[in-house]
Amino acid sequence: MPLLEPRPTPSARMRLLSPLIAITLTLAVGSLLFLALGKNPVEAFTVFFVQPLSSGNGWSELMVKAGPLILIAQGLAIGFRARIYNIGAEGQLIVGALAGGGVAIALDGVDAWWVLPLMVVAGAIGGALWGAVPALLKTRFNAEETLTTLMLTYIASFTLSYMVNGPWRDPEGMNFPQSIMFGDPALFSPWFEGMRVNAAILIAAVASVAFWIFTSRSFLAYQLTVGGLAPAAARYAGFSAQRTVWVSLVLSGLTAGIAGVGEVAGPVGQLNLNISPGYGFAAIIVAYLGRLNAVGIVLAGLLMALLYLGGEAAQVALQLPAAITGLFQGMLLFFLLGADVFVDYRLKPRPKPAYA
Amino acid sequence: MSTPPPPFSGPPAGTPRLELSGITKRYPSVVANDGINLKVGPGEIHAVLGENGAGKSTLMKIIYGAVQADAGQIQWNGREVVVANPAEARRLGIGMVFQHFSLFETLSVVENIALALDEPFDLKALAIRVKEVSTRYGLPLDPDRLVHSLSVGERQRVEIVRCLLQQPQLLILDEPTSVLTPQAVQKLFETLRRLAAEGVSILYISHKLHEIQSLCHSATVMRGGKVTGTATPSRETPASLARMMIGRELPVCEVPAYTGIATPALTVSKLSLVPDDPFGTRLQDIELEVHRGEILGIAGISGNGQAELLAALSGETTSTPDSVKLVGLPVGHLDAGRRRKHGLAFVPEERLGRGAVPSMSLADNATLTAQRQGLVKKGFLRPKAAWDFAKRCIERFDVRCGGPGAAARSLSGGNLQKFIVGREIMQQPIAMVVAQPTWGVDVGAAAFLRQTLIDLSRQGVAILVISEELEELFEICDRIAVLAEGRLGPAVPKAETNAEKIGMQMSGLFAPADKEPAHAAA
Repeated sequence: MPLLEPRPTPSARMRLLSPLIAITLTLAVGSLLFLALGKNPVEAFTVFFVQPLSSGNGWSELMVKAGPLILIAQGLAIGFRARIYNIGAEGQLIVGALAGGGVAIALDGVDAWWVLPLMVVAGAIGGALWGAVPALLKTRFNAEETLTTLMLTYIASFTLSYMVNGPWRDPEGMNFPQSIMFGDPALFSPWFEGMRVNAAILIAAVASVAFWIFTSRSFLAYQLTVGGLAPAAARYAGFSAQRTVWVSLVLSGLTAGIAGVGEVAGPVGQLNLNISPGYGFAAIIVAYLGRLNAVGIVLAGLLMALLYLGGEAAQVALQLPAAITGLFQGMLLFFLLGADVFVDYRLKPRPKPAYA
Repeated sequence: MSTPPPPFSGPPAGTPRLELSGITKRYPSVVANDGINLKVGPGEIHAVLGENGAGKSTLMKIIYGAVQADAGQIQWNGREVVVANPAEARRLGIGMVFQHFSLFETLSVVENIALALDEPFDLKALAIRVKEVSTRYGLPLDPDRLVHSLSVGERQRVEIVRCLLQQPQLLILDEPTSVLTPQAVQKLFETLRRLAAEGVSILYISHKLHEIQSLCHSATVMRGGKVTGTATPSRETPASLARMMIGRELPVCEVPAYTGIATPALTVSKLSLVPDDPFGTRLQDIELEVHRGEILGIAGISGNGQAELLAALSGETTSTPDSVKLVGLPVGHLDAGRRRKHGLAFVPEERLGRGAVPSMSLADNATLTAQRQGLVKKGFLRPKAAWDFAKRCIERFDVRCGGPGAAARSLSGGNLQKFIVGREIMQQPIAMVVAQPTWGVDVGAAAFLRQTLIDLSRQGVAILVISEELEELFEICDRIAVLAEGRLGPAVPKAETNAEKIGMQMSGLFAPADKEPAHAAA
């Protein structure tokens, strides 16, 4: 006998509570984890969540990490609303970085204001094209985008590896798999001395506002949402299912591509094998944690960025392994999905025994 | 259909087979059953009569153990029981034939039956038993046939045989005739009478008064979750039963004559379509013409190409430009949105999920099809305009709901249907296609919807109605055609036909079969 029964209407309260429940459970299980490792949970959480924000540089790093997460998640959320599951944002980020980085390498030595904007445009196009491939496969051959986007991520990642090991390897880089360091015209200049926060965060901010207007007001976003909620209703209304696929995948590829440029023209400063600590995957969690809502995604992006920072701090201060960040991200998603079940369902009262 | 019920000897002195007392079931928003008492004797065919939402289905689910009552007792053969789940019910000897069948199309009849058995089985022996039971009760079935090749009536037989194999003492049938031809209904009734004569009690849920009068010995009438009366159907009139069921007189539609000029508005010619769905029906050479000011009805049992024809008319599937014309304009190649722009409105049979997005508000659902009524400007939504549109629709079509902000799924079937029909009418269509206009709608709302369609047609709109309810078609249509096995018969003025003739055609027997000579030389 099932333990759950559907609610008559989805619970709006549960929809908002669910991320908070997930965060609470993550902290609770995290405490147990710390205890098992022989660490004091209070101290661990101080290191994890408070210390990173106790300095100006900490806040700067928070912005540096939150920027790409928010930017990618905004794009992904459009597709997720339409039930187009792009889980290959990581690959689109890499291709965006390759395109933008390629421009920087080609124009090395050119000192002009337009180098950086050109890189952003190139990255946007690169990411969008990488998103367009699964869109084409889906609309032409009905290939499942969850598989194709993920597979294309590996292709992107091997392409990057080939480029920095081959054609684009820095001749003076002692054979390390990396490109030349980009010149100043190809870099977002830091706002403060000694901190890494830069204008890339503005792109994420502007994009958040744009996506907020797009999702809450535009007819196109309405059509995408209908396509996700009730595909038959979208067909009945005459909304194109193909357009939904194209818009979702191209748009999310585009934002991921720009995020990729933000990394190589920002904190990384070159093409190498570590341009993203999994932002493309973490952004999936950010999108859902933020309830696929533009404002929610900003908050969720900040939280996820803090997890990255906390994870790094925990490695240094508590000698915990690097996996701790992934562990916390995973738990967060796990508990979120679990709590989300209760948006549409509730516990069923147990039936009485068979015979009275 | 007016054979009087055989004389009923009444339950033998002693205990009733099933006795419910004070059954109550509360849901968060509604009391589905409120202190229900009901008594069924052995060999009695007992009708449970009521509109949609009266609480009939909940009550049956409680008896079958699929839902637990909050209060009240169930006595089974004089002993108090708590039916914890359907398996328990089957062990007690209660069988249920559901309105919607749960059969696997790719499996054979006997395999489907084996899946539902609670005990281990031997497929060969079971096939023999299936054959035995099915012939004994006049429900011929080939155990080895695959379910997807069966008609809806035959599928229902599978469900009934599945119940009979467990030798039930009580058989519950939920709206069993809604998918049957008039002839198939008669066959079903014969089977049920035979079962009753053997002592099986039958609970027969329906809102079709004439069926209950011809079949049932006794009736319990429900309204709003309560029992409003018990009756002996043969001693009542349809009007008196209806009064008990809906609490007032049965409304009648007025059908005035059309005074305008009847020019063709919607024309279908040489429409042939092979479905994507392997279990779909192939449409063959569909020809039809609907004029302004008339309602054309298409009768037939679903699964005979209804879904495919509807999709081809609405634009959800496209074909060659000339196969569908709107006032002479070829639209066969256009999608649903473009056809709507040219004046075609469509009301699908699935209201939730197709005609409306369940979780969206009525205002948002207005935008679904009425975007061209100023609800979208330069690619941006105009929420205020959508809200006003929904509000006007709610007022004009008497939609009972919590206002334009109410989620579509919070509305009852009838009220949502009024909203969808209203939304389409407010776009001032030239032609309107309506599928199952009153499916699952209560009597009051059904009468309102029928009258609305008649009035709309008399304003010069061409209306095509596809319905399984023959009575409804005879009530509102000017001409009726039958769709069977993907072929559409000629549209006949309703005065020149009757339920008998239509029923014959539904089974695929068009009167003059003009087949080509079998051995035509090349």
